[in-house]
Amino acid sequence: MLEIHNLNARVEGVDILRNLSLSIKPGEVHAIMGPNGAGKSTLGNVLSGRPGYEVTSGEVLFNGKNLLELEIEERAREGLFLAFQYPVEIPGVTNMEFLKASVDARRKHLGMPDLSSFDFMKLARETSKKVSLDPAFLKRGVNEGFSGGEKKRNEIMQMMLLEPSLCILDETDSGLDIDALQVVAAGVNSMRDGKRSFIVVTHYQRLLDYIVPDFVHVLAAGRIVKTGGKDLALELEAKGYAWLDDEGA
Amino acid sequence: MTEQVESMIRKDYSAGFHTNIESDTLKPGLDEDVVRFISAKKEEPEWMLEWRLKAFRAWQEMEEPTWAHVHYPTINFQALSYYSAPKSMADKPKSLAEVDPELLDMYAKLGIPLHEQEALAGVAVDAVIDSVSVVTTYRAKLEEAGVIFCPISEAIKRFPELVRKYLGTVVPQKDNFYAALNSAVFSDGSFVYIPKGTRCPMELSTYFRINEMNTGQFERTLIVADEGSYVSYLEGCTAPMRDENQLHAAVVELVALDDAQIKYSTVQNWYPGDKEGKGGIYNFVTKRGICHRNARISWTQVETGSAITWKYPSCILKGDNSVGEFYSVALTNNFQQADTGTKMIHIGKNTRSTIVAKGISAGRSQSAYRGLVRINAGAEGARNYTQCDSLLIGDRCGAHTFPYIESKNSSAQIEHEATTSKVSDDQLFLCQQRGLDAEKAVSMIVNGFCREVFKELPMEFAVEAGKLLEVSLEGSVG
Repeated sequence: MLEIHNLNARVEGVDILRNLSLSIKPGEVHAIMGPNGAGKSTLGNVLSGRPGYEVTSGEVLFNGKNLLELEIEERAREGLFLAFQYPVEIPGVTNMEFLKASVDARRKHLGMPDLSSFDFMKLARETSKKVSLDPAFLKRGVNEGFSGGEKKRNEIMQMMLLEPSLCILDETDSGLDIDALQVVAAGVNSMRDGKRSFIVVTHYQRLLDYIVPDFVHVLAAGRIVKTGGKDLALELEAKGYAWLDDEGA
Repeated sequence: MTEQVESMIRKDYSAGFHTNIESDTLKPGLDEDVVRFISAKKEEPEWMLEWRLKAFRAWQEMEEPTWAHVHYPTINFQALSYYSAPKSMADKPKSLAEVDPELLDMYAKLGIPLHEQEALAGVAVDAVIDSVSVVTTYRAKLEEAGVIFCPISEAIKRFPELVRKYLGTVVPQKDNFYAALNSAVFSDGSFVYIPKGTRCPMELSTYFRINEMNTGQFERTLIVADEGSYVSYLEGCTAPMRDENQLHAAVVELVALDDAQIKYSTVQNWYPGDKEGKGGIYNFVTKRGICHRNARISWTQVETGSAITWKYPSCILKGDNSVGEFYSVALTNNFQQADTGTKMIHIGKNTRSTIVAKGISAGRSQSAYRGLVRINAGAEGARNYTQCDSLLIGDRCGAHTFPYIESKNSSAQIEHEATTSKVSDDQLFLCQQRGLDAEKAVSMIVNGFCREVFKELPMEFAVEAGKLLEVSLEGSVG
């Protein structure tokens, strides 16, 4: 469902991703780990089309389409979802209004009719409970005055409502206490249906205790330097990243 | 008679002011004869003419103000025509097919029904049955309640004592350059009187007066809410109106007697000029209300039109415990300029005022908030809260804030908050990553920014205002 071939990308003139290749099949969960500055977040930003991230060469196929030719919103409507590391606030725009507009856009793209306001509200309330957010949050401004943990749960709620085919979680675990982490992980696990794929970007092995990956990739200096199963994460936790340099050398 | 002779006679008539009502438009220029001509045309009583002449004489002594943060070529007031007869049916477009397609496109985007489009575009149609019955129904309802709602020219003749008692009491003839000009040559406008203890049974809208809407460039409105009464008045329309007059100088006066409440909502969407900044209406308006004891006046305005806006709806809080409110959204795009805000003059004890002003600038536009909060010595316990937020879209526009605070009473509490923000790339990216296109995203962010003001508008107006912002911002992204 996602094929990345020799992707090179730069930010502000600095090469960050170097000949990165990765193949993800439907239903798989891929964890991306690696030291600070390895390009982990860049990957999610490049795939979602964030301005400022320039692709210099390479190819990305998403469900058979040339992803890099699509506009940001087209990628989203095709089913690519990025859960932000630092979700921004949009004051005065209610969560409900924002979510309804997003879901409508996705459904329209899929040729489905708009949900009625009533049906949507019902769905949104049910979903908010799944991530332990009080439905009152739906009436508040998008992320406005939310705590760090509430923002992350709000991201997962959006993901559940939009039902993407590829979910990219960019350090969703950062700043979360253990309870919030479990809520987020449970949300993600409930969406694993054998078809939907995930890229989980994280610093810490801890998250992967709850969201068990099929593959763990180690990203260093913009390339994948090692790939393994879920045990690789444990090994990294125990040894750090330095040993990989020795191995690679 | 040859055509030439005929036209010469007509010219003489217009210069000599003996012409009959049906005909003409005055030649450009302004002198006492023009004022007399207008007054005669409207068959006004002597006192009204004197009132106008007093204004005209004052105006001649006055200078055009230049303190506002707006720039435009000098207006030659002698080059304007101050009276034009209503257009005959023959001059109007016969159908929507003859109307500027861009205007129609705008109507469609705003979702305006077809028969309203015809009225707005000035199409010569016989009154639509629907609207006739609506008008009849509302007239009957208002009469039953004792409410007077009619053109001010009619009120001068039918209710001279009421008009005479209040006209110019809030905005005197000599108040400012444009108010003096308006007082001398005003064409028409609305008059509203709500009797004691009466709650006006419906929202009064100039829309009901759609056939009389072509009141020209110098509109005059007077609203009097007698003791303990309530009225909500809606001015304007989200749809852009066809209008050939470039200079507009309206005056609105509100009088809220003891315990009365007036809610005045405006949506202004006059032609802002094209994308290069050519054309567009100059809008120099004086709006002011006076609150007697326990009275309340709320101004709510959404301004998206005009090339230049110069407008400060104000409240004189004369009576003890009276309340003044100003909620405003001013959006400028392309080359528009707006200098707008309010004045809250606290005279009575325990008077309160709230100001929430939101300015949105896009394109190369310039938007300024100018506000005065004055607490007089006798205004014990007066309170003001001012919140002034500016939102910038792009990096070629500007937002400016000029708050003036004068307090002569140490018991007063005055709060002022101001913010300037930009629609951030991160906000846009979040919206787009969730599947919204950039224009939809910007309009959503802007609507969120305006929420506090929109919630003060009557429900229907609020929905329209949201749509209007969306249309006005088209092309401001990317």
